[in-house]
Amino acid sequence: MKTLFVRGPSLLSRLVLALACSFLLIFIDHRLQAMQPVRVFLNSLVAPVQYLAILPEQLLDNFSESVKTTDQLSAENKALKQRILKLQGQQQQLQFLQNENRRLRELLGSEARESARRMVAEVIAVASEPFSQQLVINKGTLSGVYEGQPVLDSSGIIGQVQDVGGNTARVLLISDQSHAISLRSERNDIRALAQGTGDIGRLELMFIPHSTELREGDLLMSSGLGGVFPEGYPVARIASIVRDESLPFATVFADPVSALDRVRNVLLLWPSESELQPIYEDDE
Amino acid sequence: MKVVKPGIVTLLVTYVIALTLMVMPMPATFDVFRPDWVTLVMLYWIIALPHRVSIGTALILGVLSDVLLGSIVGVHALGMVVVAYLAARNFQRLRNFALIQQAVVIAVLILLKRFIVFEANVFLHDAEFTLSYFWPVLTSAVFWLWVFPLLRKVRRQFGVS
Repeated sequence: MKTLFVRGPSLLSRLVLALACSFLLIFIDHRLQAMQPVRVFLNSLVAPVQYLAILPEQLLDNFSESVKTTDQLSAENKALKQRILKLQGQQQQLQFLQNENRRLRELLGSEARESARRMVAEVIAVASEPFSQQLVINKGTLSGVYEGQPVLDSSGIIGQVQDVGGNTARVLLISDQSHAISLRSERNDIRALAQGTGDIGRLELMFIPHSTELREGDLLMSSGLGGVFPEGYPVARIASIVRDESLPFATVFADPVSALDRVRNVLLLWPSESELQPIYEDDE
Repeated sequence: MKVVKPGIVTLLVTYVIALTLMVMPMPATFDVFRPDWVTLVMLYWIIALPHRVSIGTALILGVLSDVLLGSIVGVHALGMVVVAYLAARNFQRLRNFALIQQAVVIAVLILLKRFIVFEANVFLHDAEFTLSYFWPVLTSAVFWLWVFPLLRKVRRQFGVS
């Protein structure tokens, strides 16, 4: 039998208390940015839910993998072998060019470029809210992932790590409204700042004068100026330039080179100059 | 007063299932229509057991949603708390409604929650209005017609009171 009168504080006072709590949390997280230590804990706390959420998909994947026919597998194997051969050929050339580049840089007396260390991670969830563009990946502090780390996929930069948990990390995509990245045109080295629009296949270049030499179809690479992203990775391709003279700047849109809505595997990058190190598991 | 009340496991399991459904990957076409599972489950328990599930639960579930969805901590909590308050205040009225009427009220409550979350996002970082964010209001109301009997069955089966 539940008693009528032992009910603690009234509903209204609880509401006021809970509202105060929410506002305080928003304030601490947004204004003071002081939630990071708590976030690591909270992210680790909810990680099981995230792994639970992808369980059905993984089971289905395993199932479809196990019912593949020999023909399909051998065809796939053949295609992959050819691809490896091609990539190995390119790799040889790359090694040669890298050596040559190092020698030339030594001659010029400028710093040699070290290659970055990488780790492959799988996407385990996407944010389902239209005003935040994020991914969750299956590597966290236990693998050496850190906040602000650049994240790539096979075709280019997709974003940076926003916050980390023990074995998950949240990646803020370059198309998020709160994200901006410093770029450089591949063709003529013009620098530009690209901000996300909240639309997954679209970036907007800010402060581009009407007289710009940029053209539609220009490839934009990361400039390495922000200190977050390493230099020279492809990011976006200019889709449209509208020169409306009534506006102070030209309206330039660019499309990310990687299909941000179809990313399944990502590459985490540890720039060579950072002292942070990836921690590989034994099976890799 | 006992420390652990009977049925706490059932409650927690329903919350975990709701949170899981909230982040489960789905094709982009259906993703827009994903019902607001966490709010639905929370509203059911508030209407059924207002002395156990109330604003405190809403706050915790809201913070967990924030962490899972990667939004600023407190945004979803704010929306959930307000909705939980309205539901907890009118639980007797809601209980006596027909299922269809309940679904309409649920739609209004979820619309309110989404509106609060949206406004908070506008305030915090100039989010742009997208109509698609409000599709789940309709789907949630439709799903309520099944969620309600299902959870009632669960409640009776496991004797949560």
